Amino acid sequence: MEASRSAQALLGGGGNMRRRHAINRAVEVSCWTAALLAVAVLAIVLVSIALKGAGEINLDFLTQNTSSFGVGGIGNALVGTGILIGLAALMAIPVGILIAIYTSEFAGRRSGFVIRYVLDILNGVPTIITGIFVFALLVVGHQQSGWAGAVGLAIVMLPLVARSCHEVLTLVPGHVKEAGLALGASRWRTTLSVTVPTALSGMITGALLAVARAVGETAPLLLVTSIYPDLLVTDPSQPLPNVTVTIFRYSETPDPVKHAQAWGAAFILILFVLALSIVARSLSARMRRRLGAAR
Amino acid sequence: MTTDAATAPSSLLSGQGRGLVDRFGDRALYLITLLAAILSGVILGGITYEVFKLAGSAISKFGLGFLTTSNWDPVHEQFGAAQFIYGTAVSSFGALLIATPLSIAIALFLTELAPRRSRTPIAVLVELLAGVPSVILGLWGILVLGPFLNDTVEPALHAALGWIPLFGGTYSPVGLFPAMVILTIMTVPIVSSLTREVFATVPPSAKEGALALGGTRWDMMKTTVLPYSRPGIIAAVMLGLGRAVGEAIAVTQVIGGAPGIHANIFIPAQTMASQIAAQYQGASPLNQSALGYLAVVLLILSLVFNGVARLLVRGVQRRAKVS
Repeated sequence: MEASRSAQALLGGGGNMRRRHAINRAVEVSCWTAALLAVAVLAIVLVSIALKGAGEINLDFLTQNTSSFGVGGIGNALVGTGILIGLAALMAIPVGILIAIYTSEFAGRRSGFVIRYVLDILNGVPTIITGIFVFALLVVGHQQSGWAGAVGLAIVMLPLVARSCHEVLTLVPGHVKEAGLALGASRWRTTLSVTVPTALSGMITGALLAVARAVGETAPLLLVTSIYPDLLVTDPSQPLPNVTVTIFRYSETPDPVKHAQAWGAAFILILFVLALSIVARSLSARMRRRLGAAR
Repeated sequence: MTTDAATAPSSLLSGQGRGLVDRFGDRALYLITLLAAILSGVILGGITYEVFKLAGSAISKFGLGFLTTSNWDPVHEQFGAAQFIYGTAVSSFGALLIATPLSIAIALFLTELAPRRSRTPIAVLVELLAGVPSVILGLWGILVLGPFLNDTVEPALHAALGWIPLFGGTYSPVGLFPAMVILTIMTVPIVSSLTREVFATVPPSAKEGALALGGTRWDMMKTTVLPYSRPGIIAAVMLGLGRAVGEAIAVTQVIGGAPGIHANIFIPAQTMASQIAAQYQGASPLNQSALGYLAVVLLILSLVFNGVARLLVRGVQRRAKVS
């Protein structure tokens, strides 16, 4: 029915040819405009951050602690964010890879789908709710802590790592695994010494993109590691100062000095995120080429 | 059952007394990965359980009336969510109302119109937009976008469309409208990248058929690409909505955090997610439970949006494999 109707619509009138071309032209121009608009917004956001943030960067800004009264820097927040991300990555990446091995190597059709479905839904849970969960689990009855923040970030990272590693593991050609099995290697040896290494650069891509996402995450940290002193804290059982909560807090004040510092911190954060995304993408392009050649 | 199938090849080989190590190794790897997979379900279940537990006392005290009353009074411990539900609904639907046509246009551009060599770079740039952390987008929203909207866009919209109550005569650099714009920027990359993937599954023969019948490119898109992709587009919009209703940080920064339900979208308001982010710390137990009730509503919305969207995507993927 669809086809016959469209044929009629297409062949129907000879007289409306000019109108159809005009509409076509208008649609094409709108599509170009929409794409340009999206790229322009990205450019405007990045240029704003660079213009307002780059000037803030100097040694003092990077090494001094945050300060409630004076100017200060973001040194302690950088250290805290580094610790939070490191701990979160140590939790999420191994577990995510194990999940991906299960869904790609062991799971049946149905159980594999169920687990990926759960991961997708977990990925869609608002991160502020992840924050409430971690708050109820680790902060109620105790106090805010870096550990709680790391667990929150790990929950954000887990579905991203597991899903992307699953995708690359399923890209490993069957004959590569069969070669391992045919050499007499058992299944676990084949998985760990043939399948996983073949997919390694793709898995690193997934892990890097998950880190890039988690490092900019604010909502869970706001609930579980946000009441901290303007000091260098390296003990994760204490609340850790961190970059995103600092930006959030500074953006909410009316103080132009704090605004400038928020731009400076945003500049460093976005540079880090962009660098990670670019490295991740080039790794994944390389892996696809290699697997394409192996096929 | 799956284990048997999985270990079959190695057990064949290990028939002649191959080491216990391998049999143990196969079992161990299977069990460890299975446990990890189960953990993801446990986390999702744990989140649901804890949020409902937190909301328990507010649910039993206010019942469903919580959703339709709109006074939020921590001092007298009276809580109603209507104003936040309104804020969430208007900001998210408004954002998707702008983001959906934009995203479809971008996806059409990337699959049908763009010069082949520029497709990947532009797609990557649009996806980088999704990578901008929300707190940075919020910072930009409050310090750059908000003042611009307040000085330029809002008066212009009021002058042109002021007879609609949505575009009232009071302007503010923070409010529902900036939140809508920020959420649009956040959702366009999500909606357009999924839409693009769906467009890519449209069989070339159908497109070529439309062109061969003498259709223009738009005729071709209208008669083949768009109808074929409808379920995928719906899924993409639902994923976008799931993201928009749950965004707490950037919205808190730009929405102004004021109570009340107003038709005018230019003045400050509050959403469910931003109310949680703004008030959770230092709230009294019943207040926290009321915020938990808001989280329950949000969680249900995001489960429904994401759950349905992923099922639709699966249908599209299956169809693509069959054809």
